[in-house]
Amino acid sequence: MTVTSSANAAAEPTPVVEPVETTPAVRLRGVGKRFAGGPPVLDGVDLDIAPGELVCLIGASGCGKSTLLSILAGLEPASAGDVTVAPAALMFQESALLPWLTAAKNIELALRLRGVPRAERRERALELLHLVRLDGAADKRAHELSGGMRQRVALARALAQDRQVLLMDEPFAALDAITRDLLHDELERVWRSTGRSIVFVTHNVREAVRLGQRVLLLSSRPGRVVEQWQVGDQDPVKLTGEITARLREEISRHAH
Amino acid sequence: MPTEVPTWFTSGLSTEDKDRIADVEAGLDALQTPTSAARRGAKAVWKRVWPPVLAVVVVLAVWEGAVLSGVQPIWNLPGPSEVAASIAASARSGDLWTALGTSLSRGVLGFLAAVAIGTPLGVVVARVRWIRVTLGPIITGLQVLPSVAWVPAAIIWFGLSNGTVYFVVLMGAVPSVVNGIVAGVDQVPPLLRQVGRVLGAGRLAMVTDIVLPAALPGYIAGLKQGWAFSWRSLMAAEIIAVGGSIGFGLGQFLDQGRQLADMAMVFSAILAILVVGIVVELAVFAPVERTVLRRRGLRQDAA
Repeated sequence: MTVTSSANAAAEPTPVVEPVETTPAVRLRGVGKRFAGGPPVLDGVDLDIAPGELVCLIGASGCGKSTLLSILAGLEPASAGDVTVAPAALMFQESALLPWLTAAKNIELALRLRGVPRAERRERALELLHLVRLDGAADKRAHELSGGMRQRVALARALAQDRQVLLMDEPFAALDAITRDLLHDELERVWRSTGRSIVFVTHNVREAVRLGQRVLLLSSRPGRVVEQWQVGDQDPVKLTGEITARLREEISRHAH
Repeated sequence: MPTEVPTWFTSGLSTEDKDRIADVEAGLDALQTPTSAARRGAKAVWKRVWPPVLAVVVVLAVWEGAVLSGVQPIWNLPGPSEVAASIAASARSGDLWTALGTSLSRGVLGFLAAVAIGTPLGVVVARVRWIRVTLGPIITGLQVLPSVAWVPAAIIWFGLSNGTVYFVVLMGAVPSVVNGIVAGVDQVPPLLRQVGRVLGAGRLAMVTDIVLPAALPGYIAGLKQGWAFSWRSLMAAEIIAVGGSIGFGLGQFLDQGRQLADMAMVFSAILAILVVGIVVELAVFAPVERTVLRRRGLRQDAA
């Protein structure tokens, strides 16, 4: 089985990940979404993501990236097409920690809603905080943490859900550059040690090339996967330039 | 297989420098963590206490000045010293304590009953759409209606009994508590509900773990207003409803002063009613509100 490129995939035939006989973590076929009365937000989206794969989804504003994640997370139904997704956790652009709970309690809530027995929760929460290098922050509330620390707690909370797929909606967009660079290292480390499939949505090409094994470009209005690149050991500078050019081309289509 | 990550993007931090990255991260955490400059101690307390104390002193001075200037005869406008003497006299005779005890116990009991009724009602109104559409405007209307308006009807229904007093208090306080919860629930950020759904909260867990805790500040504001309305409604009922088995509260104490044309007694009753309101606010609601808001980072101040 091969990963399907989208209906109107352009340009070079991209090399393709071979998931072999494992079932994909995400499989979308012809998925469309339109909100009542409006034009289609997504149209004919085909997407396969292998277990353990880290895929970055880029596109201009309004390309339906967040809508696509909502469908993958089960928050929104698709209007058309087939959606097969392993259980997924979702991380937001804002950390969305519950402000009345400490960092550890936020994670414990995720564990509790998953049915982890009370006796284990605290210990598991502390382990997860250790994983994101926040051992000292267990009893701090969101407003006592920096933006980067909040996102690490949010990451730990998403991991606490113990889902096979982790969906990330521009999780580092609001952070300063230094913190963002560090969180890229951090996410990569966590990804390697947990073996999750990650769908990382961003509008930052550099970030997509830095993190992704594969980068998918979504067109705008309607959103559709129009091209994909394997990052592999390509020169990241050159690849970033190439993807940026393609993204600009895609945006220019909407000039008139 | 995960590919080797290009180090080009890591701001000169190569992947071998994992330990150094951990150090940088720890350093950033330390630098970016908001430091709480909590100023406590006698100085901070004094800073908050002197302005209201000054205000009270000024009010007393203006009052005394008005009395001395003779705009009104002394039996119409007693000065602070006459009122203080009247308070001392009623404290000695025990009338003041009886009235205070009666009113406070009614106020607290009525308020607690209003909370017990208003809280579940508020949750239902906030969460169930058709109930909200049906009852919402009525409850808002009841909040605007001064509960004194119920006193005549209550006297006819319940006679001069505690029933009248509690009915009027409930009519005054329940709508505030309900509206407090509804406002609190309405102001829950949609993102937090999404978090609940993403974390797999069912209908019940959504209410108990997300919506109600998030609505707590609005609820507390509603409780505060509910107490204020309880206390006002109680005074209105007590002033109007005198006699029968209704007992002797601060309202009756005030009305007795009026009937005796004893203005110093009237003033001491007003002062007692005011002081109870202030003390309950400062001793009960202010600390609770401060704690809740500070825990959520919605309030920065110390002490």
